[in-house]
Amino acid sequence: MSDHKTPHPEEQRLLAGDPETTGHSWDGIKEFNNPLPRWWLWTFYATIVWGIAYTVMYPAWPLINGATPGILGFSTRANVAADIERFDAMNADIRTRLTEVELAAITLDAHPDLYNYAIQGGAAVFATWCSQCHGAGAAGVQAAGYPNLLDDDWLWGGTVDEIHFTISHGIRNADDPDARYSEMPAFGDLLGDADIAAVVQYLRNVSGQAADVTLAAAGEAVYLENCAACHLDDGAGDRFLGAPNLTDAIWLYGGSEAAIEHSVRFARFGVMPPWSAQASSAGRLSEDQLRAVSIYVHSLGGGE
Amino acid sequence: MALEGHKKIETNATLLLTLSFLAVTVGGIVEIAPLFYLENTIEDVDGMRPYAPLELAGREIYIREGCYVCHSQMIRPMRDEVERYGHYSLAAESQYDHPFQWGSKRTGPDLARVGGRYSDEWHVDHFTSPQSVVPESVMPAYAYLADTVLQPTHVVDLMRTHRMVGVPYSDEMLENARVDFIQQATDFGDPGVLERYPGAQQRDFDGQPEVTEMDALIAYMQMLGTLVDFSTFMPDQAFASR
Repeated sequence: MSDHKTPHPEEQRLLAGDPETTGHSWDGIKEFNNPLPRWWLWTFYATIVWGIAYTVMYPAWPLINGATPGILGFSTRANVAADIERFDAMNADIRTRLTEVELAAITLDAHPDLYNYAIQGGAAVFATWCSQCHGAGAAGVQAAGYPNLLDDDWLWGGTVDEIHFTISHGIRNADDPDARYSEMPAFGDLLGDADIAAVVQYLRNVSGQAADVTLAAAGEAVYLENCAACHLDDGAGDRFLGAPNLTDAIWLYGGSEAAIEHSVRFARFGVMPPWSAQASSAGRLSEDQLRAVSIYVHSLGGGE
Repeated sequence: MALEGHKKIETNATLLLTLSFLAVTVGGIVEIAPLFYLENTIEDVDGMRPYAPLELAGREIYIREGCYVCHSQMIRPMRDEVERYGHYSLAAESQYDHPFQWGSKRTGPDLARVGGRYSDEWHVDHFTSPQSVVPESVMPAYAYLADTVLQPTHVVDLMRTHRMVGVPYSDEMLENARVDFIQQATDFGDPGVLERYPGAQQRDFDGQPEVTEMDALIAYMQMLGTLVDFSTFMPDQAFASR
């Protein structure tokens, strides 16, 4: 316990009336009236000066019809417009040339600058607009019938011009009259269960999968009568009709018995929107973007 | 000395409260009041309309499921955002949102202009199992939305509540709310919903005959950011010129 009789050293200084106090006293506790620390005070003044300068230079004070614009004329909307304009101007030349050179001629050897721009720009377009269905890596989603773009199998053609046409106009959409279109009948309405089971086994067989060969032999006749018109006698498919090749190991909706039976019975009707802003009001991409993404997709591995 | 004058205030509780209130009021008026009349906070744009009943119900599901925790609805005026998501969001586009859904966290992408960007079937697949279409996604599944049939029991009350806070639902809209609710989720439905809510999309969104929560949420998704006609939109000249 301290000795209550002896005043605290600070208290002794007060008694002598040395430092000034505020005169406030709470139960004998007094408050020094020391000046504020200089560094603090000057920082405080500096913030005031900064505040006034800021309101002069940047949009600040609300008035009747608008806020003071500030002498720097800062505006986020103007900035973003200028920013977009600046990048457009930087790329204007290469974008124009991209639309002028024949698409198939844009290769790494012939036009390295255009090709590299198309691959980079096309990857950005793909990530923004295509990856939702075809996947970030372009491997597609078999369960939903979104095609894999990395393999050698093309429903509608794998040259860069064919890819460009498909992206521009889309597939089986109602927005673009030039959209790729084909419609397989739902054979569940046309064939009996036995015939369907047989043709499923036939398709398993021609695609090199385990199958019931007896049923498959019976299925051949069903196939030739009902399917060969589009998928051709040998099952190689017809790109002009968008009829897939049935003899390889690549399946749009899966090659299991259940998946093939579903395709035969109910048919499939995959839809892709049109992307060309010129061809359709629903389109969202300019011609140079279309060409860039076509070249990008063509470069992914399966391009012809 | 200044402190002597201050002493009067500090030792008089009523005076202190009154003057504090006045100081805060001035600050509040200067900061808040201009938002109600300044041109670029209340700019009028073509195409905005109140949510159709089904869309409003979808919006309630969006809020109920906490979608805003991971998704923002606010495209900022920056080049990279505009390139990815589309035109930056306008204040007017949130004018019928109570509360607004701007959000501040993007675990998933911004949804301010997700409307029309995906097909209905994609949305059904994605809500049922997000990883089936986006393998790298961390979004949880909402498959049960397709199993929950939605009745327009409370939609009129909901719209009336929104009207109380300033959404201009007309009496005609309230009278037809239940019909519009059902008809919007129906292929070849009654066209009244399109007359009352221009730009609304009317079809069976989830492919099931009943109106489910999935229908409502997809109807909401498909209209997000699609209403404003940007061909007639001019950014406020006073702010755009420099």
